[in-house]
Amino acid sequence: MLNVYDILETIRMIQDECLDIRTITMGISLLDCIDSDIDKACDKVYDKITRCAKDLVKVGEDLEKEYGIPIINKRLSVTPIALVSAACKSSPIKFALTMEKAAKAVGVNLIGGYSALVQKGFSAGDLELINSIPEALALTSNVCSSVNIGSTKTGINLDACKIMGRIVRETAEKTVDNNCFGAAKLVVFCNAPDDNPFMAGAFHGVGQPDCIINVGVSGPGVVRAALSKYPDADITEIADIIKKTSYKITRVGQLVGVKASERLGVPFGIVDLSLAPTPAVGDSVAHILEEIGLEKCGAPGTTATLALLNDAVKKGGVMACSRIGGLSGAFIPVSEDAGMIDAAKSGSLCIEKLEAMTAVCSVGLDMIVVPGDTSADTIAAIIADEAAIGMVNSKTTAVRIIPAIGKGIGEELDWGGLFGCGPVMKVNTNSPSKFINRGGQIPAPLQSLKN
Amino acid sequence: MRAVITVIGKDTVGILAKVSGICAEYNANVIEVTQSVLQDVFAMIMLVDISKLNTGFTALSDRMSELGKELGLSIHTMHEDIFNSMHRI
Repeated sequence: MLNVYDILETIRMIQDECLDIRTITMGISLLDCIDSDIDKACDKVYDKITRCAKDLVKVGEDLEKEYGIPIINKRLSVTPIALVSAACKSSPIKFALTMEKAAKAVGVNLIGGYSALVQKGFSAGDLELINSIPEALALTSNVCSSVNIGSTKTGINLDACKIMGRIVRETAEKTVDNNCFGAAKLVVFCNAPDDNPFMAGAFHGVGQPDCIINVGVSGPGVVRAALSKYPDADITEIADIIKKTSYKITRVGQLVGVKASERLGVPFGIVDLSLAPTPAVGDSVAHILEEIGLEKCGAPGTTATLALLNDAVKKGGVMACSRIGGLSGAFIPVSEDAGMIDAAKSGSLCIEKLEAMTAVCSVGLDMIVVPGDTSADTIAAIIADEAAIGMVNSKTTAVRIIPAIGKGIGEELDWGGLFGCGPVMKVNTNSPSKFINRGGQIPAPLQSLKN
Repeated sequence: MRAVITVIGKDTVGILAKVSGICAEYNANVIEVTQSVLQDVFAMIMLVDISKLNTGFTALSDRMSELGKELGLSIHTMHEDIFNSMHRI
């Protein structure tokens, strides 16, 4: 028989502590849509997406009502478009427009996969796609783009870093009327996972089945509330509490994923064991770190507490579900986390500290607003730094920074909704241009002699 | 298949009657009820069998939310699987 305490705990987690399923993301392979005639290819892409995903939103909404848990986003990820567009001679922009049209037709809010994988060099279609990113993101509202420029096995493609520095800036410039929003939909990865359900970096990797359901959970508020009940616990107990809470959160993700996959007749892929914050009050990863005992996120101790949190979330989540993947870990997007926004505004949190934090948690420099006069080379070097952390530590790292064109320190960009609001953060202005312009490939790191 | 209906809010006459009335209307069989009133706050947890519903489960869930709005109460109708998943290994 169900226990009254358990029932009330679940309801409190959902109602008061912002527990939700952050996203159900359907991954769709577009490899069978390749055609040298771009119009034919786009028609096939549109047909395939609308055929596979026609019931996705309806099933998501039904599950939401049946289990009484909000499912915030229903999204799509597709095969990196550079692979699909390689056979076509003309600009891949048409694919972005087709993705947008298909996403609107099935009612999802974002579609990811306007992507290229160039960690070891550029093949046919890659450069065309990368160069079209600024225009593609300016012309569409729900298409997301990502580029993988490095991996532990291949090293870092420094030529691609340089290009992406320029592309990030151009994307922000092209969408300056919309708070530079284009750059918020563009991620530069090292070790990009090919089953990630979270935007803006989701794409459907080439080793994946034809169509699949991946789920991303959320619940920083639940973890913080659980910790607040034990103000005097020692740090080992804190790790245990986080593990238990993460288990419960992840179980819901597993349940929803399995049911969604049954009803859609599509195989279940993975649960992404994540703590994904939102700008809403009580849904912040930074506030968990502060609950553990920091005056403000960014203080000395931030990296240690985040490492503990990230590890405990995974340990709890692994037992709760059958398959794990994606980015799995705590996210630290600045503009999407009320505690991070506060810490950045107060000066407690700087980009260098965030970089250290990315060495021990999921993802990387995420949703960070930098001054509008930050040069393309500086952005490229920030990307290279972050990729180096991912490459050496065999983990995913990413950069999603938004140059606030025409703005400087003390100002902010406000997008509202899940994307939140980011204060412009200070960037070291010493030039890395000579390094970036050398080009070439940073060799893959040694996997032994680890120190 | 069973569902849990929880009702929390200010106590008034007839809450249990109205909730169970809707259950009857949709052919949901009430299996167990736990109810208490503490300092004017009404709290009820009702376990119902939903295997013979005469409509979809989401219709019942919508109707309960509507009743909650009418009465100014917080009413949640949730499939029991979410509790079983979360609290049992």
